[in-house]
Amino acid sequence: MNATALTARQLRYDQKSFWRNPQYVFFTVIQPVIFLFIFVSVFGNKTTLVNGHLIKRSTYYVPAITTLAIMSATFFNLTISLSRLREQGILKRVRSTPLPPGVFLAGRIGTSVTVSMLLVALLLAIGRLLYGVSLPTHTLPACIVTVLVGAAALSCLAFAVTAFVPSEDAAAPIANVIMLPLMFISGIFIPASEIPSGMQDVANVFPVKHLFEALLSVFDPSVGGAGFAWGHLAVLVAWGCIGALVAVWRFRWTPAGQ
Amino acid sequence: MIATPQLRPPSVPAPPPASAVLRVNGLRKCYGDTVAVDDLSLEVHRGEIFAFLGPNGAGKTTTVEILEGYRSRDGGEVDVLGCDPREPTRAWRARIGVVLQTCAVQPELTVAELLRLYGSYYPAPLSVGETLELVGLSAERDRRAGTLSGGQQRRLDVGLALVGDPELLFLDEPTTGFDPAARHHTWEVIGGLRDLGKTVFLTTHYMDEAQALADRVAVIARGRIVAEGTPDDLGGRDHAATAITFTLPDGVAVGDVPGVDVPLVQDERGHVELHTTTPTRVLATLAPWAEEHNVELEELEVRRPTLEEIYLRLTEQS
Repeated sequence: MNATALTARQLRYDQKSFWRNPQYVFFTVIQPVIFLFIFVSVFGNKTTLVNGHLIKRSTYYVPAITTLAIMSATFFNLTISLSRLREQGILKRVRSTPLPPGVFLAGRIGTSVTVSMLLVALLLAIGRLLYGVSLPTHTLPACIVTVLVGAAALSCLAFAVTAFVPSEDAAAPIANVIMLPLMFISGIFIPASEIPSGMQDVANVFPVKHLFEALLSVFDPSVGGAGFAWGHLAVLVAWGCIGALVAVWRFRWTPAGQ
Repeated sequence: MIATPQLRPPSVPAPPPASAVLRVNGLRKCYGDTVAVDDLSLEVHRGEIFAFLGPNGAGKTTTVEILEGYRSRDGGEVDVLGCDPREPTRAWRARIGVVLQTCAVQPELTVAELLRLYGSYYPAPLSVGETLELVGLSAERDRRAGTLSGGQQRRLDVGLALVGDPELLFLDEPTTGFDPAARHHTWEVIGGLRDLGKTVFLTTHYMDEAQALADRVAVIARGRIVAEGTPDDLGGRDHAATAITFTLPDGVAVGDVPGVDVPLVQDERGHVELHTTTPTRVLATLAPWAEEHNVELEELEVRRPTLEEIYLRLTEQS
């Protein structure tokens, strides 16, 4: 079997494994949907200032929660599942087989990206059907590219962080300590216009805000053109490369202490 | 259906020397200043079950992980199936199967799914049905791996290592923590591997496991091999003294027992014990005497030293 066929098979089994795990499905799929309902239901009719003009909060929260969903499907899910696979010896076992290690890792990333795409579609559908948030069709390619770039970059960062996770139980707290504050200061829950500028400057260094703003420009009705936010995408690619380098440098296949 | 085990009876002579599938010469591994493995040499022949015994910290796991390609070494020559495991290739990995000491599986997948997935990693895998039969999990094929009992999970581990149809299997403590029934069931599975012509490198803490399964055993202590042989002749076990124990009834003193050429030792509970290399001759003296004096030698027992006793002696000495 060639590498593509092997990766496709690996992806299929990883998908099965993902959808049968209630913990992964809840935190990755159901939680963002609940967040979207709550934020849009509570604040949806307000407006908020984006790029110098007012947009409806329902329009604001669809890309915000989409960002959260992509992070759940990639960064959180990969950090937690890879730490588990490593600490329980599953990675070590896989390493003893002739499966090329890259194929195994590609299957994991593929699963996260696939789940991200499905989630984005789900959140867009909910936004469109329940809250009348429109996705301008001319920005659809930009939307897909942004989701793919963001998902890939966050997956690489997950591999990097996993290398420093000392135990299975430490994975979720570490992922949250890194990402939860970033989500707050990047405007995922609280509109960016209400966040102090010093905090926004900090947020500007990290990838979360750039993914969110790239998605926001896809949804912002006043943004003309194809909606590609090249500057934000470039920052995401840079973070993805940093993550990949750290992962190559430090990623382990064996449990801690072995 | 489970493959019938062939637990080798003690009378069967060791098989003729076959080609070595695994050869280690002068292996050395240090962690900082600590020498974990020191000038270790061993050989494993095709088709045999080789048990590698030793206390914790003796260098057992380090050695096995070097052979499996997980760990680097500081010196010596290692040849596993014609390859140096320092540079493992995909083709080489396809010829070995590894059951790690502790390893889980994706608990959400079923037994059959896992076997199909792992089988797909190998060029010429066994069928899922065949593997399930070999490890006795046919009835569990559609169960999620996370719902299996400890013994069943371990047999699934063996199945996952076996599904690629490897020539050589490494089994690291395959039955640690099992109840007796699960252990015997797993032994049957491992014994069945011999019938398939597989070579098995078994690591264990249980001497009864080595006794029941192994063709040859080697004992490692403090990074060196201290003894090597069959379970029956390891460390001179075949020539070692046999223990004869019995209890004398009230009123019979140990001094009343006729002289045998070895000392009799009586403990405070009245058990008499002697060690002899000629147990038949000793019994030929004791039995007529007991009959003549109407003495019943209660709890009479004739016992060769167990593999465990030999093992403890070997590992304490070094």
